Amino acid sequence: MSGSTAAELIKMIRRPANWAMVGVALMLAMTFTYLAPYAGVAGAESGMPGNDRGLAALLPDQLVGNSVAGLPVFVGGIALVIGVLAVGGEYGWGTWKTLLTQGPSRLTVYAGKLAAIAVACLVLVASLFATGAVASAIIASVEDQALNWPSLGDLALGLGAGWLIAVMWAALGALLAIAMRGVALPLGLGMVWMLVVQNLLASIAAPLIDWVGELQKGLPGPNAGSLVSSLGAPGGTPGVSELVGSGQATLVVAGYLVAFVAVGALILRRRDVV
Amino acid sequence: MSLPVETDRLTKRYGELVAVDEVTLTVRPGEIYGFLGPNGAGKTTTLRMLLGLVRASSGSVRLLGSAPGSPGHLERVGALIEGPGFWPYLSGRDNLKVLARYAKVGASDVDRVLDLVDLTDRAGDRYRTYSLGMKQRLGVAAALLKDPRLLILDEPTNGLDPAGMADMRALIRKLGADGCTVLLSSHLLSEVQQICDRVAVIAKGRIVAESTVAELRGDVRVKVVADPLPLAAETARALLGADKVAVEDGALALDLEPAHAGRVNRELVTAGVNVTEIRPLERDLEQVFFELTGQGEGNVG
Repeated sequence: MSGSTAAELIKMIRRPANWAMVGVALMLAMTFTYLAPYAGVAGAESGMPGNDRGLAALLPDQLVGNSVAGLPVFVGGIALVIGVLAVGGEYGWGTWKTLLTQGPSRLTVYAGKLAAIAVACLVLVASLFATGAVASAIIASVEDQALNWPSLGDLALGLGAGWLIAVMWAALGALLAIAMRGVALPLGLGMVWMLVVQNLLASIAAPLIDWVGELQKGLPGPNAGSLVSSLGAPGGTPGVSELVGSGQATLVVAGYLVAFVAVGALILRRRDVV
Repeated sequence: MSLPVETDRLTKRYGELVAVDEVTLTVRPGEIYGFLGPNGAGKTTTLRMLLGLVRASSGSVRLLGSAPGSPGHLERVGALIEGPGFWPYLSGRDNLKVLARYAKVGASDVDRVLDLVDLTDRAGDRYRTYSLGMKQRLGVAAALLKDPRLLILDEPTNGLDPAGMADMRALIRKLGADGCTVLLSSHLLSEVQQICDRVAVIAKGRIVAESTVAELRGDVRVKVVADPLPLAAETARALLGADKVAVEDGALALDLEPAHAGRVNRELVTAGVNVTEIRPLERDLEQVFFELTGQGEGNVG
């Protein structure tokens, strides 16, 4: 297991596409969490139309909520891509047979991949916290505001919740890659779900149809949104809303993670490697 | 001692299609065993079943005494199946290092196999920059990482230039001489003929022949070019019997061990026949292959 995790980590670290994904996630987070709102605040001060979030939402004490706010949709999509790439690439390059003929069982390889994905997701979420900390500290300094940081406990809770959500989306990516034996289709379908279907369900179907509203309480995206909302994620962020309590949201997200991993393992174990 | 490869009525069905039909094979320790078959005959599916990549519908497989899925099934087995597959963004050496972690072997083994396939100089370059031949050699290097007792090679000389092919044949011979058992599929019949001890021929999912190369080629005959031909034929029939002498393409074809050709030559000359050529008339493996599989030339895989 440790050998397979180390091998998968080497592959992940050396793969430029993974770093590109982390870069895109950080750029999105910086742009829409700090730069655009700060530009709005600065514009309001100079008589331009302002941003309703205000300066207070950009300061260090809001770091946890701001850092995890993108995970239900945009950053979650990035995590899903990382999961698809980690598993789906093996089909495209014909490397499953190369790996498996070295002797490890399929589940050992899969476990190594999931462990590496979990590490990658931790790096992704920690990077969001780190860049958010730097950005909020700069804003506080420029605006002559106090540097009040969240407690270590709150930071750990936020990091843990963000990591759990990211790993869940990445595990969904891995499952889609196994089910569809590739990269392109899982990426396409995964993105359609993350960026289109979730939004349509939340903004159009749920307000009109009661059972869709109820269904939302059991879907991974809305539960991820509820979890980050409980940690202080701004309400206007796509996918963020307090549909269920944080306890239920955590359990549902964790349940989806386990289910995605288990179904992926089942399919991988049963199918022929051709 | 466990046999390197042992299958019993190994079968793979995809719905109605029977891709591999009750294949029973035995590869003995230390031999180089050729596996021949036309495209779509079930050759690669059989090899994949041996390695546990494809599950058998029925029948059994044992490699070095272990069944697919059991712990240690591929512990001392190396394989290159249907071309090399590596991570293009990694160097050749880093690709092998990743595999070494899965194979539980050390970095020294990576250097050893790179040297064996003559890739040390380019080991630091990314795999995506490799030529087809270099990719193939890296595939063989990966198969050798575990210092295998059984090596399964599917078309190992694909993409190699003539010198590379000769090197690969020499490497396989050396591995065989060192006690490694090699199961080799190849579309190059001449290659199988040159290096294999025994051969199995598969067609439409079934083994149609399994024996040594010499046995497959059958009885050796002797061709005699002589003048006058009728007198030569009459003399040969008197000497060997009518059923052992045929006239083919303006020459005699004798069912005769080449070692006895001198006696025939002496009798023909004594009878006044002018003999201009005597040589063994061997069927090569290609001819036998086409007879066994009912294939036209150019469709061997």
